[in-house]
Amino acid sequence: MDWLGPEEWQAVALSLKVSFWATLASLPFGILAAYALARWRFPGRQLLNGLVHLPLVLPPVVTGYLLLLTFGTQGAIGRALAEVGIVFAFRWTGAALAAAVMAFPLMVRAIRLSLDAVDPGLEEAAATLGASRAWVFLTVTLPLILPGILAGSILAFAKAMGEFGATITFVSNIPGETQTLPTAVYAFLQVPGGEPAALRLVIIAVAVAMGALFLSEWVGRRVARRVAGT
Amino acid sequence: MTLSVSLTHGFEGFDLDLAFEAPPGVTVLFGRSGSGKTSIVNAVAGLLRPRSGRIVLDGEVLLDTGSGIALPPHRRRIGAIFQDGRLFPHLTVRQNLAYGRWFAGAGAGAETDRVVEMLGLGPLLDRRPGRLSGGEKQRVAIGRALLAAPRLLLADEPLAALDEARKAEILPYFERLRDEAQVPILYVSHAPAEVARLATTVVALKDGRLLRQGPAAEVLADPAVLPAGVRGAGAVLEARVVAHHEDGLSELEAGGVPLFLPRVGQAPGAGLRVRIAAQEVILSREVPRGLSALNILPGEVEAVTTGRGPGALVSLKTPAGPILARVTRRSAQALDLAPGVAVHAIVKSVAIAPEDVGGALSGG
Repeated sequence: MDWLGPEEWQAVALSLKVSFWATLASLPFGILAAYALARWRFPGRQLLNGLVHLPLVLPPVVTGYLLLLTFGTQGAIGRALAEVGIVFAFRWTGAALAAAVMAFPLMVRAIRLSLDAVDPGLEEAAATLGASRAWVFLTVTLPLILPGILAGSILAFAKAMGEFGATITFVSNIPGETQTLPTAVYAFLQVPGGEPAALRLVIIAVAVAMGALFLSEWVGRRVARRVAGT
Repeated sequence: MTLSVSLTHGFEGFDLDLAFEAPPGVTVLFGRSGSGKTSIVNAVAGLLRPRSGRIVLDGEVLLDTGSGIALPPHRRRIGAIFQDGRLFPHLTVRQNLAYGRWFAGAGAGAETDRVVEMLGLGPLLDRRPGRLSGGEKQRVAIGRALLAAPRLLLADEPLAALDEARKAEILPYFERLRDEAQVPILYVSHAPAEVARLATTVVALKDGRLLRQGPAAEVLADPAVLPAGVRGAGAVLEARVVAHHEDGLSELEAGGVPLFLPRVGQAPGAGLRVRIAAQEVILSREVPRGLSALNILPGEVEAVTTGRGPGALVSLKTPAGPILARVTRRSAQALDLAPGVAVHAIVKSVAIAPEDVGGALSGG
């Protein structure tokens, strides 16, 4: 990888790390939110739906600023978490949080779509066969929504790879800590002679995005065939 | 093993309000679609919470809204067979069968082998439901429900989605279940022929209310319970095979009256049920002579039911059992048909359709 400078390589590696953890850590919440929205009727359901989708429609810089207000060192949640040793502000974990929040609506939508396609009759059948609600979810619902979970995860990963506005607002652009691929491209474009480095990163961004799309198609087809029961 | 159910529940358009008891054997909930059959089954399974009600299975209270008891479905140990099979598409047939078994705390063993053998599932075990025909799916669904070690089997129109050939393939399995398994069955149907073949007890429903309940032969002879009205009417007779004749006919005997019909599969001495559609019965006040029809049953009119149409349904009491005859209102008047009048019911032997001839009964 000697065609990449150390600073560029650092940005790519950090981006992969940030996106991986953003996707993995938000997955349980994504499944829970999708399940709640698809299956439960409770007061505040529309509010939850709105909250989940908010990052999709808000300017990313606003989302980043709100994250700074709540999870920053002076923020209510940020201060409480800092006492138990979890710090988001100006750390790579903050970049992961910003990416996770921005990718969350895409993940939830994909999972919810696949949940809507699951016949509740199958879950009822499992219950009559002796499976408690948790077992029904684990043995029937979860395997059947696996294509949606995979599609949602890959989509979220790709979105996290490209997240810029909320990240730079929340955790700034610190090389080696919070300088992800998009913020590195931005930084290179700001200095004279930085264009070749920016271009190299752009090529990597395109390659990763295309790879993710192909992977999601391939995995999706395989899993869908399995789940369709043929 | 008795199930007792009493329910009230409100739906758009109608209210469910009824109580019945299901003794051992096959209890058929019978009525047209929208009469509340599926809601009752769902309430028994725990999938529907009725407005009020009490459901007791073999002494255990499954539901009692009065005292706030409502056992969740997975704790009721009731095996359900649904119209659409509801097999898990991501699991193989073998895994589908093992699913309920595992939750019942029983391993795959002799019981699994027995059920697989009885339902002929051996060649299907490694397939996924997507590659099964409709009839095969229902057989797997029956096996899956049986292997969950249920205390009661619910079958919600398990044959309704199948064509005639597939129905004929599955029905014998239910008959074997009724005759061999110790599990009582609550079976939902709107097909009189199916009810005639399977039912020990019939619970007839209309618009969410109990119309009548009792032994199959009695209830099915009551024209008021038939969902298709006069057209679907037919009576069920318990008969015994006497002999197979060389001309291709089998001679049966019901209550001392001989019946002839095209060769049946059962050996002489075997008991079976025959269903005689009301459409295929002609009535005569005098002893008929010079007729080609072979089956003539002497009887007495019990009731004459007239509807809005030109038809009338005549219920007869004969030594062979109750018989229904569909005649026009005009002939009913011309023959002066009224309760107590002696008549002869003429049934063409071919009128006993083969698909309406049920298999052997447990007790004969």
